[in-house]
Formats: sequence, structure tokens, C-alpha cells
Amino acid sequence: MSDKIYSTKLQDKIERSGILMMLFVMVVVSIAGLVEIVPLFTIDETMEHNANPEIMWQRKEGDTLDSWRAGDGIRPYTPLELEGRDIYIREGCYLCHSQMIRPFRDEKERYGHYSLASESMYDHPFQWGSKRTGPDLARVGGKYSDEWQRQHLMAPRSVVPESVMPNYPWLAENKVDADNIETKMRVMTMMPGIGHVPYLDSDIEGAAEKIRGKTEMDAMIAYLQVLGTMAKLDYSKSYRK
Amino acid sequence: MEAVEKYDFSAVRWFSIMAVIYLVVGTLVGFYIAAELAWPVLNLDLPYTTFGRLRPLHTNAVIFAFGGCTLMATAFYSVQRTCSTRIWSPGMAWFTFWGWNLIIVAAVITLPLGITQGKEYAELEWPIDIAIAVVWLSFLINFVMTLVKKKTSHIYVSNWFFLGMLIMITYLHVVNSLAIPVSLFNSYSIFSGVQDAMIQWWWGHNAVGFYLTAGFLGIMYYFVPKQANRPIYSYRLSVIHFWALMFGYVWLGAHHLQYTALPDWTGSLGAAVSIAMIIPSWGGAVNGMMTLSGAWDKLRDDYILRFMIVSLAFYAMSTFEGPVMSVKTVNALSHYTDWTIGHVHSGALGWVAMVAAGALYHLVEKLWNTKMYSAKLVNTHFWFATIGTVVYITAMWVSGIMQGLMWRDYDEFGTLSYTFAESVAAMMPYYKMRAVGGLIFWLGGVFMLYNVIMTIRQAPNSNSKGGE
Repeated sequence: MSDKIYSTKLQDKIERSGILMMLFVMVVVSIAGLVEIVPLFTIDETMEHNANPEIMWQRKEGDTLDSWRAGDGIRPYTPLELEGRDIYIREGCYLCHSQMIRPFRDEKERYGHYSLASESMYDHPFQWGSKRTGPDLARVGGKYSDEWQRQHLMAPRSVVPESVMPNYPWLAENKVDADNIETKMRVMTMMPGIGHVPYLDSDIEGAAEKIRGKTEMDAMIAYLQVLGTMAKLDYSKSYRK
Repeated sequence: MEAVEKYDFSAVRWFSIMAVIYLVVGTLVGFYIAAELAWPVLNLDLPYTTFGRLRPLHTNAVIFAFGGCTLMATAFYSVQRTCSTRIWSPGMAWFTFWGWNLIIVAAVITLPLGITQGKEYAELEWPIDIAIAVVWLSFLINFVMTLVKKKTSHIYVSNWFFLGMLIMITYLHVVNSLAIPVSLFNSYSIFSGVQDAMIQWWWGHNAVGFYLTAGFLGIMYYFVPKQANRPIYSYRLSVIHFWALMFGYVWLGAHHLQYTALPDWTGSLGAAVSIAMIIPSWGGAVNGMMTLSGAWDKLRDDYILRFMIVSLAFYAMSTFEGPVMSVKTVNALSHYTDWTIGHVHSGALGWVAMVAAGALYHLVEKLWNTKMYSAKLVNTHFWFATIGTVVYITAMWVSGIMQGLMWRDYDEFGTLSYTFAESVAAMMPYYKMRAVGGLIFWLGGVFMLYNVIMTIRQAPNSNSKGGE
């Protein structure tokens, strides 16, 4: 109960009041988040497509998600790809596979052009990952045939003997959840700001019928095969400042 | 009997017991998934037992079940002792207990089923996230209100750290979990791509920085001086390192995203502050260790104190390693490799679990008003925990650095020397060694659980409200 002050007057005052200490801590711990996160939503250079609009899909009247061709530009996922992506998340693939190629010579040779922020702008949540127990998948699309992917998902060690990946035989048996796909796509169009996904009503209507009867394996392969193939990137160009 | 009215430790006892149980369960799952990487057949070809679904169960069990129950037990105990007053609402503490444990049950059911939001350490789906927010706020309110009704003049330093953790985790959890539901079991994060990545690692690093560091420093500041029976080394140092930690730790998340599509300024800022954080981090380690200054002989026969002091050594080591790994040139090698996993475990096993074990042993003796059933077994646990941790992190250092070097290695013709698969094959001995390290650590936890159960059973009057 001594009244001697051992530090500063302010510190002493804070130490005497639970509420005051709470308020000070609330302010002090919020600064870094505001400085590091808020500008990512406001600085245009964060997203490369602002300076390089050609990497986005320039959708014309009458274009459908199916009339898009690889390299036409970044677009929202088709219903089957979106289902595949949900399965990718469900199985926790992101815990062993990254989707973020760094701008190093070895990564370029192993995986391809470094990843751009705009390439994952429709990814809710992002799937960059943090660990490569298996290889990066950011540009795995088109590298292997559908049949290779199917075989690899069924029994990875039958094609890559060194692999430690689990077998995923149930993907071939389970049918995709067609009933929820239209709700999922509508939710994507409800996303605020930069993460808004511009599905048209015509993309959403009939989506369930398009994927009904497909297996989870079909969906997973559709997703893997589109990864990294959307934008045609120019190696002579610097996309990052 | 006066003391019985003064404090209420009923929920604290159960939090302590559950913490020990979750330590054993969480590390068992960890051992199992470590073994899956060494022997993939253990995935069993079943959806519920694959590495991808069990890994979130492991992280959630050790961080939120074991770490959470430990923090709740120690915070509710020490806030009463240091404020010399009864907890504001014993009923609300029980609400926190039941709520938190029901959340853990929900996690154990939903994660193996693949119900996940797909964000590391924040996998639980939106209905559970809402429950977490409510239960966490009940913890926060009860804690702050106990501080308000304190009978002492000042708030003791351990409570500052608990308070910092309570506030920051509320921010992080609420923002990072914002999502639009598709159904009861599915939702999409409202953030995407690069913004989502930054928010995720703002959360991810501070789950470590506040939950596992600030919170456990709170434990250190109460239990080390108590167990050593000496005052904390330096009050001034604690003031400075507290505010530096509160301000500084939050910046670090960006260092998880070096060289990614995150703008360079953000990653560099995160790395710069990371390096500066060595000083406040070591402030805590020095303050804890120097508390023993002049009484090092206590380590010879006080096994509980031994846990605490060795945990501080691991803490000092991993808070040095972390800033080193955030340096861009080091990060270019270490990122995406097992080195990260090793770093996390030197903190999680060496620091968090060891200081928690020390605090929980101390708590069990106080709450049941007895001595541990077997002091020898505490010592055995200490050695199993220490050796298990060292084996684990050594394996991951070697495998991590080796992976990083193999991936970037070129042969004399300027082509990549190794395929990715070759780097996987090269990891096998270390994955086995890591599983062995995990098993040794887990066995230590089993000894602890046995010792705690036997202690409670032989306590003089196990129905009394202990802790007097």
C-alpha cells in the first residue's frame, strides 16, 4: 500500500487501474495492424492488374466461363473448379503444398513464373500455404495429364515412389455436393471490396446441373489443372515495382 | 477457513486437470502425424485419419486445448492471489470452463470430418468461432473485473501480460475469422489473396506472440518468483519489456510472407521489427532467470523450478532464432522447410509446455494442499521433456536446412541438382528421428498425468477447497 512511485507517474497511474491499463493496451496493440494491413486495401500497386490490365480476363458480352481459354486472363473459378477447391481445403492440402512461387532462379525453373497477388484475388481464403512437404502447386495446371493426376491422387507412391502423401481413394467414389454450389457462388458475389468475385447471374443459374453426378476426383482435377494457367505472364516484364 | 471465502479455485482445479489431459492427447496426435510422414501407410486410406485433417487437430489441441486450459487455470489462480481478492464471478469462470471444453469437443468432431475454414490455427468453422468469441470474452470480462475489485494498490506484472493476451486475441480472432456462411458447416473468409494472407499471418504470428508468449510470460512472472520464493529480478525491466512486447510483437506477422506477392515494404517492415524484438523478448528471459540469482542451488533439488528455468533457456533461444529466420537472406532458405516446424517446436515444447508443466505442478501442490506423489517422476518427466525437445528440434534443423539447400542446388552444368522427390527421400531419417523425439516428449506427459492423478488421490482431503 505504499505510495512511493517506482517508475513514471503515468506508469504508476496505469498500474493502479485495471480499466486504464486495458485502454492503453487496446491502443498500443492495434497500431501495427493498422499500419500493415489497411494500406494493402488502398494502395493500387499491391494488385498487379492495376498496372497490367491484360492479365485479367477481358470478358465480352456473351462470354461464358466455358468459353474462356487458358491464358485468357484471371477469372473466377468455374463451378467444378470451385468444388475442387473446397475439397482441396477440406483435405488440408495447403498444409503440405504451397501456392506461392518466390522470385528466385531455382523456383522459376522448378515451378515457373513467380506468383502475382492478382492471381489469388478470387481465393477466399488464400491458399499460399507455409510449408512444402510436397512441391508448390501454384502453376501445376497443365503440367501433368488428367490421368496422371487421377492415378497420383488414388495412390501417390505408384507414380512417385518417394512420396509421403496419403492415398485419396474416396475422391473417386464421392459425388460432388451440387446442391450448395449456387449458394456458394452467390456468397462469392457478396464479398466486399477487392475480394469481390464478379460471377454473372448466367454463371450461377444452372451451375448445379452442370456439376451434378461429377465425382470429387473430377472436381479436384479440374481445380489442379487450372492453377497458374489463367494469366499469360511475360518473363521480360517486371510485374512488381 | 477464512481463505476459503477469500478465493474461489473450484474452476481452476478443473482447468488444471484438463490441461494435463490435453497435453497428453495433443502431443499424441502430434506424434501420430509425425509418424505418418515417416510411414505414410499410417494414413490408413481413411479420410478421417490423413495428415491433412489430423494436423489441424494437433495444432488446435495443443494450442487451444492444452495452452488455453493452462492459461485459464493460471490466470484465474494468479489474478486472485495477486489482487488479494476473490474472482469477480465464480459462476462465469465455470461458464468459461464448460464453454471452452465444449468448443474443444466440437473441434475434435469437426476437424477429422474435414469441416474447416482452411486458415492455419483458425480452422474451426463459423458457429464454433462465434462460441470462441463469447467464451473468450467471458474470460476477459471476469479477469478485468477482478483487477477492478483488487485489494492491492497496484496491478502485479503477471496480470499485465495476461491482460495483453486477452485483448489482442480478441482482436485477432474476430478479424481473422470474418466470413460469410454458405451453410452451417461451411463459410468463406471475407478476405482474399494477399490481404487475406497478411491478416492470416497477423493472426498466426500473434497467436504465438500473445497466446503462447505474452500469456505464458504472465505465467512465468507469477510462478517463477513463487516457486523460487524470491522477488522478480527487475521491476523496471518488466515495465520496459512489457510495453515493447505489446507494441512490437504485432508487427511480426509480415515476416512469414517474405518474397511472396505481399508488397516488399510490408515484409521488410515486419523483418526490421522482428530483429528489434530480440531485446524485449530477452528482457523477459533475463528477468525470469536472474530471479534465481544467488539461489541457483535450488535447481539441484527443486524439479519444478528446473522446468521453469530450462523453459526460459528455450525461450531465449527460440526468440533469438525467430528474428534470425526473419532476415530476408535466411528466410529465403528457411521458408517452406522443416526449419520452421523445428523453430515452432523449440518454442512450443521447450518454452510453452515446459513452463506450463512447471506452473501446473506448482498449482497441483497448492490447490490440493499437498506435495507431488513422486518428486522423482517429476524429474523423469523433466528429462524426457528436455531430451524429446532436443531430439525433435535437431532433426528439424538438419532436415530443414538440407531441404533449403537441396532445392536451390545447381550442378556443374547449371541445372537443378535434385528433383523435389529426391529431397523428400532425403528427409526420411529425420522424419523418423522427429517422431522418436515426439514420442519421448509424449511419454514425459504421460508420467505427468499419472503423477497428477496419484497426487490428487492421495491428497489429505480431496474434497476441500485447496489453495489456502
